[in-house]
Order: sequence, then structure tokens, then C-alpha cells
Amino acid sequence: MGDKRGRGFYFLAAFFTLFVLFLYGPVITIGILSFQGPKGGLTFPMNGVSVHWFWNLFEQQAVGDFWGSFSRSLVLGLIVMMLTLVISVMAGLAFRKNFRGSSVVFYLTIASLIIPSILISLGIGLIFNIVDLDVHWSTSGLGAHLTWTLPFGLLIMFAVFNRFDKSYEEAARDLGATPWQTIRHVVLPIIAPSLIGVALFGFTLSYDEFARTLLTAGSDNTLPLEIFGMTTNVTTPVLYALGTLTTTFSFVIIALCLGGVALLRRRRAKFGSDAGDGMA
Amino acid sequence: MPRTDGVGAWLQITPLMTVLTLFLVVPIVTIAVVSFWGYNEWSFFPDFTLENYEYHLTAKVTWQTYLTTVKYVALTWIFTVVIGFTVAYFLAFHVRSLTWQIALFLVCTIPFWTSNIIRMISWIPFLGREGLANNALIAVGAIDKPLEFLLFSDFAVILAFVHLYALFMVVPIFNTMMRIDKSLIEAARDAGASSFQTLTNVIIPLSKPGIMIGSIFVVTLVMGDFITVRFMSGSQSASVGRLIQNEISLLQYPAAAASAVVLLITVLLMIGIMMRFVNIRKEL
Repeated sequence: MGDKRGRGFYFLAAFFTLFVLFLYGPVITIGILSFQGPKGGLTFPMNGVSVHWFWNLFEQQAVGDFWGSFSRSLVLGLIVMMLTLVISVMAGLAFRKNFRGSSVVFYLTIASLIIPSILISLGIGLIFNIVDLDVHWSTSGLGAHLTWTLPFGLLIMFAVFNRFDKSYEEAARDLGATPWQTIRHVVLPIIAPSLIGVALFGFTLSYDEFARTLLTAGSDNTLPLEIFGMTTNVTTPVLYALGTLTTTFSFVIIALCLGGVALLRRRRAKFGSDAGDGMA
Repeated sequence: MPRTDGVGAWLQITPLMTVLTLFLVVPIVTIAVVSFWGYNEWSFFPDFTLENYEYHLTAKVTWQTYLTTVKYVALTWIFTVVIGFTVAYFLAFHVRSLTWQIALFLVCTIPFWTSNIIRMISWIPFLGREGLANNALIAVGAIDKPLEFLLFSDFAVILAFVHLYALFMVVPIFNTMMRIDKSLIEAARDAGASSFQTLTNVIIPLSKPGIMIGSIFVVTLVMGDFITVRFMSGSQSASVGRLIQNEISLLQYPAAAASAVVLLITVLLMIGIMMRFVNIRKEL
């Protein structure tokens, strides 16, 4: 790392560029192909340019229940997001106190992350089968999704609190704040940008989750299940149109979250920390 | 530490423990129990039989499937580790401003927040018979007729795995590298090490925890996969996950449960070996 960029830099920069192309190229391609003309197929060449396939998507009988599955995934994603946020923050606070059994909880959380998804799906499906309950996306599906999002939420909270300066809390305590006031007016404002990150993970991981939803969603499909069903019987670019729409939706969510984080950071840099505002 | 603190911590951890108990521990225990149950064409019922295991472990197809799955794991691991390390190394040591590091890092992580299924589907226009890859190869005269093995093959499966899971390597390796004390690298340089020597003697050993965490992710994700293999191989290849999924779709739950227990033990053994090299809690 001298002052001049060496050959190594240019080689690595080229490698990185290829990697980014590899990551995004395919998605951009289906983005383009979703504007195929009405007679176009699943591959190039483009047979005219149209929004035919997007219209096709909204004719309910053509491709199954797109709106139903989308709204289910949206609602489920929002519920999972809220629960992931609250549960992760609470657990993160608990782990700072080094309670008895903390390592058991920690390894259980890690297990939740790395146990093959099909086992979660099968296990929850079996329980509901044995106690004769119907699986439903809002019950068994919700639980299955939480096993996937909570580990990410908790790991983020660990990363946050490992870098957290305890003197802020001590200062609050010295000034006579109760434990709840300390959390509400000092800790939460300081970690707010990371909380947006937890929310982003909670929502997107649930919104796109497939493997753990397979046996736990019941008769009403979530969007990824609906899309996967389409891959076996839809052979027109309507599949790409759907892919383009949901990917755009994901990108909008990601942009909103990242924008929110950037905004919070900028405000903080400008005004200093707003921790303690409203403590009167 | 005052006693009340312990109680407070327990209250704060209760929601997490409730979810994990109900939707992780109980399901896994249920699978373990049901793996000893019996079944017929219509239903499954409490029993204590080792038949499910006996059948699973003596079937030739099981061993072949494990062999295929391990092959997928090994190939995916090699590619993701090389790509992940190179990308992380570039970001951590060759991009100089923190803003650019964060921006480029985000570029690498954004696909993680989008749908895996869409990302698989998006390979069709590239790899299909009439796809971009074949057309390009024909155009430059490298081949006369379209290659059949591009889509719906082991090649496509590995490609999709690398595409989906390379991020799981980039992120932890980058995280570890960012914490390497830059003065160590200066010291190596001052002591006369070439950049390559610095890489092999300083950076790679210090990046090991990140590599291990990434490897744990990639290995477990590929071991348990059933959807990528099914879609990208056009249902032609088997994996352990698909084996289980087939048994589920035939409603042979106890058989699926036995296969699942064997898969779980296999995965846990693999992780156990990898965990020996890294202390995860220290790495966060």
C-alpha cells in the first residue's frame, strides 16, 4: 500500500468489478427481459418492448393469486420485523449482564441459524400435525420465520453492544435516571441506526423466506412459495415481471432503511448526540 | 452485581427463549421422537422401531446422495472462499477511504436482502439453450451447437450456490480483516516482507476466524439445501435435503424424520470440527 497504486490494486479492482457483475448481472437481465413484447420468450432476443407481462400479472386467473400472496408476505414481514426488533433488543440488553445460562441461550441462537431449514419446517409441521392444528402462515409460519430472523437480530445487537461506551449510561445513572429512563433516553437513541438494520434484516429475510415456510404456511401461499410454484408451470416472461416487481420492492425497502441510517448519522454529526433530549 | 440484575436479565431473555423453545427445541425433539415411529400409506403412529434408520442407512441411494451433497459442499466452499477472501481483501486493504469501503461493502451485501428464488430464476436467460452464454460462445466460434450442460446440471447448481452464498464469506472475512491492526502490516513491511509474504504470513492467519465463520454458513446452507438443487438441476440431481423433501411429500414423516436426524448429526459434526478453530462470541 504505497502511495502509487500497484498492479495488485488493478487486478483486485478488476476482480471486484467482475464479482459485482456476477452478483447483479442476472437480475438486471431479467429486469430487461420482463419488458418483452407479447410474443417474446424467456431468453433474448427481445421481441419488441412492452409492459404486456406486467399487465398479465394483474389478471388474477393468469398466474394464480399474486396479490393475495404479496399481501400475506407483506403483513407477515411487518409482524416478523416488529417482533425481531423488540425481542432482539431485549435479549441484547440481557446479554450485557452476563446472566447464568447465557452461553446456553447463545448457542441455541446460533443453532437456530445453522440448523438446516428443512428441519425447522419438518419439525413445526409435525407438531401441528400431531396436535391436529392447521398450519397457517400467521402461526406456524410466523414462528418458523422468527427462528431465521432472530439470530441475525441478536448478532447485530452483540456487535452493537460490544462497541457501546458504557460511560453514557453511567453518566445518566449519576444524574439520577432510573434504569428504564437510561434505556429509553440514552441507550435506544444511541443505537437507533443499528435498530434500523435489525428491522431491515427482520423484514427482508421474512419477506423472501422459502425453505422454512414450505411446510408451515398452510394452504395460503406466501409470495416466495407462489413464485416457486410458478417456476414449474409458467414458461412466459410473466415470471420475470413478477421477479422484477418484487426485487424492485426489496430495493425500495433497502434504500429506505439505508437512507434512514444515513439521515440519523448526519443529524447526529450535525447536532451532536440527541441522547437525553426530552429528559426535562 | 446486585441480584435484581439477574432477574431483569431473565425477564429480558424470556421472549427469545420462548420463541426458540417453541419453534426450535420442541420441533427438533419432535423430529427425533417421530423418527422412531411407524407409518403406513395413510398415517403415522407412535411406535418404537429402528426400521426408519435401518432403511435410511442401508439404502444405496442415501450414500450416493450424501456423496453428491458433499461434492456440492466442497466445490461451493472452494469457490466462495477464494472469491470471498479476494473481495474482502480488496475492500479492507486496497480501498482507502472508509466511505468507499462502506459503499462497496453495501453493494456486495444488498443482494442478500433480495429473494433467492428470483436470483435463481435470473440464471435462465444466461444458461438456457438459447441463452446468452451459448449465443456468445457460438458467435465467437468456440462451439458449433449449444452446450446442453449449462442449465439443469451440476454446473448450474454450483454456480447458483456460489452466486447465492458468496456474501456469507465476504461479510465475516471483511469484518475480521477490518480489525487487523494496520501497524502489524507496516511492521511486516519494515521487516522486509513482500506484499505476498505479508498476505500469507500476516493477513491470512489473522483472517482465519472470519474464514471459519463464513465456512460454517456455506457448509450448513449447502448441506441442508433442497431448493437450489431441485431448481438448478431441473430435478435431475439429488441432495440430502431433497431426499427428505421427497419423503415429506410422500407423507412418510417418520422416514423423513430419521433422514433429518442423520443430516442434523452430520451437520453438527462438521460444525463441531470447524468451531474448534474459532471462538464466535469473540468475533462480534
